[in-house]
Amino acid sequence: MAKEKNNKKSILETLGESQVWKSIIRSGVPRTRRQRMHAVLGSVFLHLHPARLPKHAVKLGYTWCMGGLSFFLFVNLTITGILLMFYYRPTVEYAYTDIIDLTEQVPLGIMRELHRWAAHAMVLVVWLHMLRVFMTGSYKPPREFNWGVGVLLMTMTMFLSFTGYLLPWDQLAIWAVTVGSNMARAHPFIGHEGPGASLLAIGDINLVHIGSDVRFALIGGRFVGEATLLRFYVIHCIAVPFIMMIFMAVHFWRIRKDGGISGPL
Amino acid sequence: MAEEKMTPNAAVGSSAENAYKGPETDRRGFFNWLSLGWLAYIGVTGGFFTMIVRFLFPNVLFEPPQTFKIGFPEDFSKNSVDVKFKKQYNAWIVRDEESIFALSTVCTHLGCTPNWLPVESKFKCPCHGSGFRMTGIHFEGPAPRPLERFKIGLSNDGQILVDKTKSFKWEKGEWENPESYLKV
Repeated sequence: MAKEKNNKKSILETLGESQVWKSIIRSGVPRTRRQRMHAVLGSVFLHLHPARLPKHAVKLGYTWCMGGLSFFLFVNLTITGILLMFYYRPTVEYAYTDIIDLTEQVPLGIMRELHRWAAHAMVLVVWLHMLRVFMTGSYKPPREFNWGVGVLLMTMTMFLSFTGYLLPWDQLAIWAVTVGSNMARAHPFIGHEGPGASLLAIGDINLVHIGSDVRFALIGGRFVGEATLLRFYVIHCIAVPFIMMIFMAVHFWRIRKDGGISGPL
Repeated sequence: MAEEKMTPNAAVGSSAENAYKGPETDRRGFFNWLSLGWLAYIGVTGGFFTMIVRFLFPNVLFEPPQTFKIGFPEDFSKNSVDVKFKKQYNAWIVRDEESIFALSTVCTHLGCTPNWLPVESKFKCPCHGSGFRMTGIHFEGPAPRPLERFKIGLSNDGQILVDKTKSFKWEKGEWENPESYLKV
């Protein structure tokens, strides 16, 4: 028995001291508290998270776990979104039929619904996360910068929802985005129907008109069409998720730097 | 009392009721829940990854069918190569003195598509210059073996039926197989 135990220990030790292990984990098998802390801090994934958790951090009644759930839904949306991109083509000719194909012919037509449900849930969960942070006063110094980052993340969540809404290319999508993007007409100075837009003129030549304002930049034309579909697809699948991941990294890192997850006083 | 509340202590939470009071569950109970938790986790992630893998194999393909009818034997004249099925089905229909056969348009060198040159009476690959006779036998360039032939036969309505799911290789002696040509 004793011999066997010794053998087992030596296998673990050889593994822990092997070059492969050390090249990945950057330290041997951690044995003391200090070494464990070091192992957590030395990992790019774990260092975003605190090395030690206060006991109150696992109290669901206080945090509602809404931040973690937002991230979970984001990961879900990324995975299902990448899978949907294998079958979806963002062109006027194919977009709508590809969505039908995804629900009716491609195995597990639920994949598209998973993406849709997770998107709805993410909007809800992000708002509840904001509500919790506001109600517990967790936006106060030193966390005020992270609240600002959170507001940007929420805005991007809404924008992802808006751009994703167009992609099925049915009547609902086209007219919803037509109505939604019409709001940009009224933007001060940079929307062609907004206040101050007529001031931006050289002589009698308007600089901000329907072919040059912020709405034109958003939908890539004077009305919602082929260019809008492609533009929204790229924004939805690449541009916004890319920016969002950078801000999320900052958001999680700042939670730790600002004194860890907030708890009851 | 009021002074105590002034201190921002959001991160620590070390009040008296939070203090450690000993384990609420025993060792056996903890391991039972732990194994149940791991089993559930493995089940859910395993199921999800199975779904992802299955999702990558579509049920409907937007490709031309592998089995197709090409018309009646009289439609093909003797000692000629018909190229009209090349674009859609990747097959040449060749009729010699006594038989009709379907040749694959995939060059046996690196998989390009050769062209039928009627004047020189050969298939010539534009990529590396491999040349094949009307029979499909290679005679010039880097191609190591002849073009493959597809299964060919007559369907009930008298039309020729080509089945690309089965191919015949000359170097294995499979061109002797009666399914690889149609006697006319």
